[in-house]
Order: sequence, then structure tokens, then C-alpha cells
Amino acid sequence: MLEFRDIDTHYGDLHVLKKVNYTIGKGEIVCLLGGNASGKSTTMKTIMGVVRPTAGSVVFEGEAIERLPTAERVRRGIAPVLEARRLFPRMTVYENLEMGAYTRTLGPGFQEDLERAYQLFPRVKERRNQIAGTLSGGEQQMVAIARALMARPRLICMDEPSMGLSPRFVEQVFDIIQMINRQGTAIFVVEQNANMALSIAHRAYVLQTGQVVLSGSAEELRHNPQIREAYLGELLIT
Amino acid sequence: MTPSALFLQQVINGLSLGAMYSLLALGFTLVYGILELINFSHFNVFMVGSFIAMWVLQFFGLSGQQVILTGWPLLGVLGAALLITMLATGLLGVGIERFSLRPLRNVPGPVAMITTIGISYILFNVILLTVGAETKNFPNPLPMVKWHVGGAVVELREVLIWAISLVLMLLLQFFVQRSRLGKAMRATAQDPEAARMMGVEVDRVVITAFFLGSALAGAGGMFFGLYYNFTSFLIGYTAGLRAFTAAVLGGIGSVPGAMVGGVMIGLIESLSGQYIAVRWSDVIIFSILVLILVFRPAGLFGRLAPTKS
Repeated sequence: MLEFRDIDTHYGDLHVLKKVNYTIGKGEIVCLLGGNASGKSTTMKTIMGVVRPTAGSVVFEGEAIERLPTAERVRRGIAPVLEARRLFPRMTVYENLEMGAYTRTLGPGFQEDLERAYQLFPRVKERRNQIAGTLSGGEQQMVAIARALMARPRLICMDEPSMGLSPRFVEQVFDIIQMINRQGTAIFVVEQNANMALSIAHRAYVLQTGQVVLSGSAEELRHNPQIREAYLGELLIT
Repeated sequence: MTPSALFLQQVINGLSLGAMYSLLALGFTLVYGILELINFSHFNVFMVGSFIAMWVLQFFGLSGQQVILTGWPLLGVLGAALLITMLATGLLGVGIERFSLRPLRNVPGPVAMITTIGISYILFNVILLTVGAETKNFPNPLPMVKWHVGGAVVELREVLIWAISLVLMLLLQFFVQRSRLGKAMRATAQDPEAARMMGVEVDRVVITAFFLGSALAGAGGMFFGLYYNFTSFLIGYTAGLRAFTAAVLGGIGSVPGAMVGGVMIGLIESLSGQYIAVRWSDVIIFSILVLILVFRPAGLFGRLAPTKS
């Protein structure tokens, strides 16, 4: 569904992603692990077209999209859940959802998707007329996910969905991610919370200073000693 | 005139000035809200607007205050002049954005702002060199209809300026709050990167902001001519700075703030002219600008926008 083929990105002289390859299949949850400054956020920005690769190709459903503007990518079915939620703070929850559907013409489809989002997040429905900036972090995350769904995406890219949330909410968010995935949407999730991410993902990539150093099924990675030490917070006793 | 009638008269005058300042302040605020750019060329878009309105009215056969119209011909001529002026200045604003500011969009620092000062001088000098330095008599087809209210006098042209300004501002508010593009404008002002990731085309939003702001400035320019019966290449500077103060007073970036700020500056100008001295008006207005910037930089309705990195 989405493929990175030998992607390089630069910020000026800084070489961020170095010949990176990912594959996200239909209906998969793929997670991307990595420390700070490993290139996770740049990966997201490259998918969305905010950062253009200097070499390589991004392929979505068989077509190269790396030269397409962001709006066109959203139209083709890629929607983001941004790091730190990034709702429009002085718009209502409902208006935020409308912005999620910005690339689609409003019609019966919009109402349908709205109902579907409300069903998934009854809390969002309750809060629909509230100013988004006044919601709690957990509620904002729900709105952020609902907003992405409003684009009727085939692939959702999530940047750190668990960031800043209480453990109870983290679990809820990951349950919802799985639920959305079961309804047929592929999910690419960048996460610091490796434990949680690996528990729901089918496959995972590990990024280190711009290079993929490990990849495989989530199951495999969860038992990989390096991963356990570096990301799952377990000390290896040798 | 009794003291209370005098006060009322100055409030009436202040509201007319205020309507013009509000229209002009909205252009500063719309562009600033989206690009965090203070657009100094806006001063002279307003000035050019008053000349365009003058030419259109002259084209309809009006000159000076000799030709008086009533009824449908009056409404038709004024309506056509207003629409043509707004369209022309709107396109002028879009042209300024497209050819001088868009290439500088991602250049950091004050480069774009300084460019707008340059554009402002170009407009100023083009009008000076092609039209001349002398003050132009602005055609005014309105009959001299007056009403006496509490000892003060309200003229038809004032009521007309208030009414049209109010309608334009309500339309703008409706557009920004309700339309798809208006919502995209607000979203872009609040978080440009997130808006872009929702699929908002930033260029379209920027063009819309320039078009609407410049069209409103054109309307303001036409009202200036109708109100004072003259126009000149010099009018952009004073009116522009006062309107800019109005935008800062209301909270730059805030649409209701620009409207309220404009009316307040208009009232301050007319009342201080009456009770202190006309020549002190600017001192008072710009002292207010300094005081706001020092003590409440977010203005009455604004929030301090996070600085773009």
C-alpha cells in the first residue's frame, strides 16, 4: 500500500533519512520505533509531503507520490494524526472534524463518517460544540483520531499517539487504533511507547540516526534482546 | 450647540471615521493572522482604491458635487462604483502577494515586511507621477439630506457609510466563520502546518486573505472620498497608520478586534479633536499604540501568537 524506496532526506547539510525502505501492506498496523532525532518525525513529514525527499521514491497504491502536494495525498487516502495532537485550538470540535474532511466535498458521505466517528468516540460527540483547546489531553487525542477518520483514509499515519497521555488513556487509544484497523484501514504508527506499539502492531521497523537497523514481525522484535534493552526498558543481565 | 449635542456630534463623526478605519484595519489583521506579516503596502492600496472609485464615478458622468442623483440611479452608480473598486483593489492586493511576497514566503526575518514598504512607495509614486500632487475633488452624487438628532446633525452619507461598512463586516464575519474557505483561513491562522496536513492549500488561503483585505480597503478608500469630498496621493499614510493602530488595539489577527479597534480609534480621534485639540489627535492615537505594545501587546481581543520557528 505504502512503500519507501531508498528514501534520502536532507535539511540543508543535515542528512536525516539515509536510504530508508519501508513497506506497509493493506490492512496492516506497522510501527516505527526509534529514539530522539532518529528520523521518525521526518518519516511522517515525508509521507505527508511536508518534507520532500532528495532521493528515492514514495509509492502509494502503486503510484509515486513524492512530488505530489500534501492536499493531493490526503485526497488519495492518507490522513495524519499529528504529534501532540495539533487540533485547531480555537475552533470547535465539530469544526475540527470538518477540517479533517476538508479535501472531500461535503455531502451525505460527510454525515455518514461523522456518525461513524461519533460511534467510535461517544465522548467526541458529547463535546462537539466545545472549543477544542479546552479539552483534556485524552479527549484531544480522540478528536485528533476522529479528525483523521473524517478524511475517509485508507492509511492513517500517527505520530506518537500516546505522548502525554495517562496510562488509562494510552490503552484506550491503542484499543481504538486496533478497532479502526479491523475496519480495514492500514495504520503506520510512530511510537516511543514500544511496549504498547509492539503489542498491537503486525510488523515494526527500528530507526537509528536515519537508518533502518532492524525490521520484522512485532512478535520477533518483542523478543529481540536488543529491543528489549533499548526500548522496552529491561536491563539485560549477562 | 449644547455640550451634550456637541459630544453627540463628535460621536457621530467618530463613527464615520471609525467605519473607515475598521475596514482598513481588517486587511492588516487578515494578512497578519495567516502570514504574521505586517503589510505596509495596504496603506496605499487604500489610497489607490479612493482614486479608482473617483475614476469610476467620473466615468458615470459625475464631477465634483454638481451632479446630484436620487433613487435607483444613485444606488446603481454607488453600488457599481463600490463593486468595481473593491474588485480592482482586491486584485491589486492579490497581485502584490503573487509577484512580490510569495517568492519571499519562506525567507526568514523582516524581508517580506520591508518589501511591503517598497511596494507601498511604488504605489504612492505611481499615483503621484501619473495623477499629480494636487488634491482631487471627489465626485459626490449624494443629495444633502440631514437629520437632527439630539441637537446634532447626521448626514445621509454618514448613514450610508455606516450601513455599508456594517454589511461588509457582517459578510466578512459570516465568510470567516461559516464558509469552507473561511474555516480553512482560521485553521491556517491557528496552526499552519496542521492545516496543510488536512489538505488546505496554503496559497489559496493567502490569496483569499489578500483579496478580502484589499477589497475592504478599496471600500474604505471610496468612503474616504465620499466623506471628505477629496482624495490625494497622501491619504494612505495617515489613515493607514491609524488603522494599523486600530488593528493592534483590537488585537492584530482578530477580526472582531479590528472592527472594534477601528471604531475606537475613530472616536478617540474625533473626541480628542473636540476636547483637546485636533493637532494633538495623532499624538494621542500613537501614544495609545505605544502603550498597547508595552502593556498589552495582544490587544483587546488578541492572543499572543506563538512565534513561528
